[in-house]
Order: sequence, then C-alpha cells, then structure tokens
Amino acid sequence: MNQRVSTNASRRAFVLSGAAIAVGALAGCSLKGAVSFNGTDITGADFGRDFRLKDPTGQERTLADFKDKVVLIFFGFTQCPDVCPTALVRAAEVKTLLGPDGDRLQVLFVSVDPERDTPEVLNAYTAAFDPTFLALYGDQERLAETAKEFKVIYQKVPTGDSYTIDHTSVTYAFDTHGKLRLKLSHSQSAIEYAADVRKLLHAA
Amino acid sequence: MNQFIRHVAVAAMLAASAGSAFAQANVSVKDAWVRATVPQQKATGAFMQLQASADSKFVSASSPLTPTVEVHEMAMQGDVMRMRQVQSVELPAGKLVELKPGGYHIMLLNLKAQVKEGDTVPFSLVFEGKDGKRETVDIKAPVKALNNTAKPAHANH
Repeated sequence: MNQRVSTNASRRAFVLSGAAIAVGALAGCSLKGAVSFNGTDITGADFGRDFRLKDPTGQERTLADFKDKVVLIFFGFTQCPDVCPTALVRAAEVKTLLGPDGDRLQVLFVSVDPERDTPEVLNAYTAAFDPTFLALYGDQERLAETAKEFKVIYQKVPTGDSYTIDHTSVTYAFDTHGKLRLKLSHSQSAIEYAADVRKLLHAA
Repeated sequence: MNQFIRHVAVAAMLAASAGSAFAQANVSVKDAWVRATVPQQKATGAFMQLQASADSKFVSASSPLTPTVEVHEMAMQGDVMRMRQVQSVELPAGKLVELKPGGYHIMLLNLKAQVKEGDTVPFSLVFEGKDGKRETVDIKAPVKALNNTAKPAHANH
C-alpha cells in the first residue's frame, strides 16, 4: 500500500519533471530556434532536393505532390528479406503511433531493383504494410540520378544464379514544406521515428 | 485399449512434427517461419531459432519450394545494408542461435509461385557435428504475413 502511494508520488514527480524539461526544451527552442530530434538534423542540406519517379500507376511524382505532409522516404527492393520489410513495418507502426496525425504522413518506398520490381509487385508489396504507402520507381538511369541526389548507394551482388542488392538503409524525413530535414537510422525505433515526425508536423 | 494408446502416441507425434518445436538428436529448431510474398515476388526469407546440444554448425537447407535455398548473413556497414551467403553458421553447445531479421536468414530464391500466409513450407536442415557427422532435421515452417515483425510469438524471456 505504502509502496503504491510512493510509486504514484514518484511517478507524479517524474511526470512533473518531464513537463518541466519539456517546457525548458520549448523555451530553449524559441530562443535558439532549434528542436532536438532523434534523427540527424540535416536541415539545409544541399542534396535530396527532389525526385521525379513513377508510381505503380505510371504517374510521375515529385515532392510537390506530397505538400502539407511529412514524407518518409526509404530506398529498397521487394526481394530484400530483412531490412526492407523491417523498415516498412516500422513505418506502419509510426503511422499508428501518430493517431489522427497519421493522415499527414506519406511513406515512399523507392525501388533500387527496377529490373525485378515491376509496378504490380511494388504496388502489392507496399499495400501489404499500409494501403497509403506508395512505391516509386524509375529506369536505371533515373534511379542512378535519384540515388546520387539522395546520397544513397546500391550495388548488385550476385548470389547463385540470382542476385541481391546492398543498399543504404537510412530513412529521410521531409517537412510539410517539402524541405529535407532528417536522416533516420535503421537502428532507431518506431517510437523515435514517430516523435520526430510529430515535431515536424507541429512545427508550424 | 492398446489401439487407443497407439492413437494417442501417433497424435502426439503428429502434433510434435506439425508444431514448430522439433527436438530430435542434437539440434532443436524452434519458432520457424517464412515471410509471405506478393504475386511475382521471387524471393523471401525464413527465420528460426537453433540450439545444438553439442558444438556443431548449420551447413545447408533445402526446400521443395525452390532449388535455390541459401543461408545469408545481413550486416550493416555504416548506413549500408549488405547481404552475403555464408558457408555455415556456428552453433556452440547449448547456445540459442537466432536466424532473425538483422542477422542470419535462410533465403529462398527463384520462387515459382507466391508464398501465401497460412501455407506451410517444408525444409530439410543439415547440421554438422565436430566429428564431421551430418544430421538432417526436417521441419515445417508456417508462412506469416509480409508485415510480420521479427519478434517470435513468445518473445518475453
């Protein structure tokens, strides 16, 4: 009984101190104009400015199509058994964690394997994680340009009579004005991602 | 009565082989699963937990699903994900070795048909002891949704 009381009390103290820290952080933010993120803040980066890729319906897409949304963009391929599904499962969790704000999140999956990732495969693949997730692709030339623009490396590696693709596994976040803001690591959790997305959505 | 006992025994054996737990001889295989594919997706991964009672290694896997089954290791080099075929996976005595996203996995390549959630995929797993003796363990791995997470069903230990 006593223990419960003290636990509640300490929890309250913890929440209060958390609130104090949050207020402090906000104050700091208004002074310095900087918010702290879990991801690496790359605001003002001279790369990852835009892309011109097709969605599975064949329609050309650029960042401007996703104005007023926070965009998470990840490069991968559907035959990837590990990192790519993990990244997309996490993205779906982020959307759930955001609650109603989830409607203002757009997840984009750029294929680094246009040879095997047909529009049909891509469409079914992203839909298996969330129906609003959108796959994008281009021909090899367009893919190479886009990867370069985003500092993404991809390399075919033969295995048996097939191949796999080594690729950069970061996720980039764009704010609602289409500006590249964050680089998030594959090792970070859905909770860390969601906290950053929420900050981008609510930083007017 | 005898017949009844026999039925129970057979049922128990069936239950044991149908479930993911399979403990025979040296290596036990638990919580095996295969990630589902979408139509025309030609590759996917299988994951499981291996535990050997004596030092040994996991050397190969085969499945009637495709002739191309490989054991791969995923490793991060900075921000870049790299995947490579490995010749074997060491199984130190008593140590639980997990084939899971972020580490080792069995790769099914050149798939002829979609691997659907709810299907079961048979595998023959080959292990080699320190004495060079090989042992084959047959398992049946359930296919789980493409968006299944890495966590096994009872991960709280």
